[in-house]
Amino acid sequence: MSGAPMVPPMPTSPLEKLRWTLADGWTLVRREFWHMKSEPIQIVLPLIFSGALVLLFGYVFGSAISVPEGGNYREYLMPGLFAMASGTPAMINAVAIAREKSKGVVDRFRSMPMSRVAMPFGKTGSDIGIGIIALAMTATVGLLVGWRAHEGLGRTVAGFAILLFFRYAMSWAGVFLGLATKSETLDNLGPLFFPFIMISNAFVPTGNMPTWLRTIADWNPVSAVTQSARVLFGNPGADATHSAWPLEHPIIATLGWSVLLIVVFGSLAVHRYVTAED
Amino acid sequence: MAGSTESDASVVAEGLSKRFGKTEALRGLDLYVAAGTVCGMLGPNGAGKTTTVRILATLIRPDSGYARVAGFDVVRDRGKVRYHIGLAGQYAAVDEKLSGRDNLRMFGRLYHLSDRVARSRADDLLERFDLAEAGGRRVETYSGGMRRRLDLIASLIIAPRVLFLDEPTTGLDPASRNEIWAAVRNLAQEGTTVLLTTQYLDEADQLASQIVVVDRGRTIASDTPDALKAAIGDRLDVVVRDVRELAAAAEVLSRFAGLEARVTPERREASVAHNSGSLAVVDVIRELDRAGLSVENVSLRRPTLDEVFLRLTGNDQPDPPDWRDAPPESNSHADMKAGKP
Repeated sequence: MSGAPMVPPMPTSPLEKLRWTLADGWTLVRREFWHMKSEPIQIVLPLIFSGALVLLFGYVFGSAISVPEGGNYREYLMPGLFAMASGTPAMINAVAIAREKSKGVVDRFRSMPMSRVAMPFGKTGSDIGIGIIALAMTATVGLLVGWRAHEGLGRTVAGFAILLFFRYAMSWAGVFLGLATKSETLDNLGPLFFPFIMISNAFVPTGNMPTWLRTIADWNPVSAVTQSARVLFGNPGADATHSAWPLEHPIIATLGWSVLLIVVFGSLAVHRYVTAED
Repeated sequence: MAGSTESDASVVAEGLSKRFGKTEALRGLDLYVAAGTVCGMLGPNGAGKTTTVRILATLIRPDSGYARVAGFDVVRDRGKVRYHIGLAGQYAAVDEKLSGRDNLRMFGRLYHLSDRVARSRADDLLERFDLAEAGGRRVETYSGGMRRRLDLIASLIIAPRVLFLDEPTTGLDPASRNEIWAAVRNLAQEGTTVLLTTQYLDEADQLASQIVVVDRGRTIASDTPDALKAAIGDRLDVVVRDVRELAAAAEVLSRFAGLEARVTPERREASVAHNSGSLAVVDVIRELDRAGLSVENVSLRRPTLDEVFLRLTGNDQPDPPDWRDAPPESNSHADMKAGKP
């Protein structure tokens, strides 16, 4: 066809291939930010979301919840909301990818001479940037209602870093879920996401739950993440003694959960993307 | 027009088979598309058209058989195949949250064009396909026809040697359909090989120089539209003045042709295949007259591609099931079997 550009030949050396993979991944990372440019509401969505939750839990339910060893409930609540914000890509990515799969966008990518792994890596990679924005928004709401990090700059940064790492892991879980499920199935699974977040120590201490439920809540990754944030930010509930190992060693538990999720869902998602036939 | 040696073929497939669970989607399908031509692939839902395109576009692998596109094996050299193909279909496979221009820019970057080249290519294509004004808007706001055109453009960024169009006009209004047709004709003139699947026989008739009829996972005919029509013979249509006389007219036609005539009461028409001169039009008219039937029109004509198709798939009977609306996969097969005389 007239005026068609010359396409650079396929790379042969491993180094060139890696460069192509990174270039493709970066293009797809930028795509997510172009989405934000064309739909700015997405940027402030976490702000509205965490604002509503702070109002609901911090002021409505919180007025009746007492924090173990005292302390401000809203300071107790914020680490839970950070953990919740970090869990959302599992659902958001799954829905977005399942939709693109049904629209044929995934097929188009797979029929092009681009890196096989760029699409899942681009999706999860862009989520780090989106996660930083979401955490900043949530923290802003927290600061407005009296939440503070009390343990100095180093531990504060560590707290946010561990939240982001967990988010990255959840992002991979979402990519796999989206590739493995049909769009309609996900609509039905969606409501299960909230029990996953709620059956944890994110909003209330687990101590008064029935034993069986308490065991589930204590071993929920969300609990370890919440507890890590409480410890690193020095928020109420940080010093409470726990019967469950993940809450006694929340940081190790969070890192362990995250690595496990990345390894399992990362390899499943890449394998699924490269070989998918449906 | 290219010759018929295999080296001239842009798409060759031999004995392609593919099974999804219990469904045998392809059962030894053969295909040959000469370079620089438009090939129309016809078949009812579930015949295996989309599966074939997905194999040729390297999205899935055949269970057996082999295929080459632009000279490369679709399994062993799939990386190279992807350099030479474009894929567009009934789903507008573009990012709806991006503008048309940003979509093309993104796909251009994924072909490893520089940002400058990707942008100018996007602008060229938008201009050429009459989307320059809408280029800055999000695809969500586009009409069905505009989306389909953008989808087509997105598969033309690198000027592919072989373009796969999977039901490109399904669900489009006639104006949008004409625009897609014009685009396909242009591409073919510039030397792109096009494999087009369609359920609309007039679409294949309009665009394709070669027709491949597929049914239940196999190729059942492959020729030019004219040759296919010639092969099943002309048709003789009789229109009566009074619909009450239609059955008697059909009876006369059936007797002469030795085949059951097809009756369309809405048009007061009886129609029958005209086989190898066995049916002298003059004799038919005389016989109709003798029976005291009042005839409005008698005409001898080439069959439509619909009639060719129905004959080939064994559905040449008075009231063919409307396979265009048949449910996908096994159901349509059941319909077709039930439809056999």
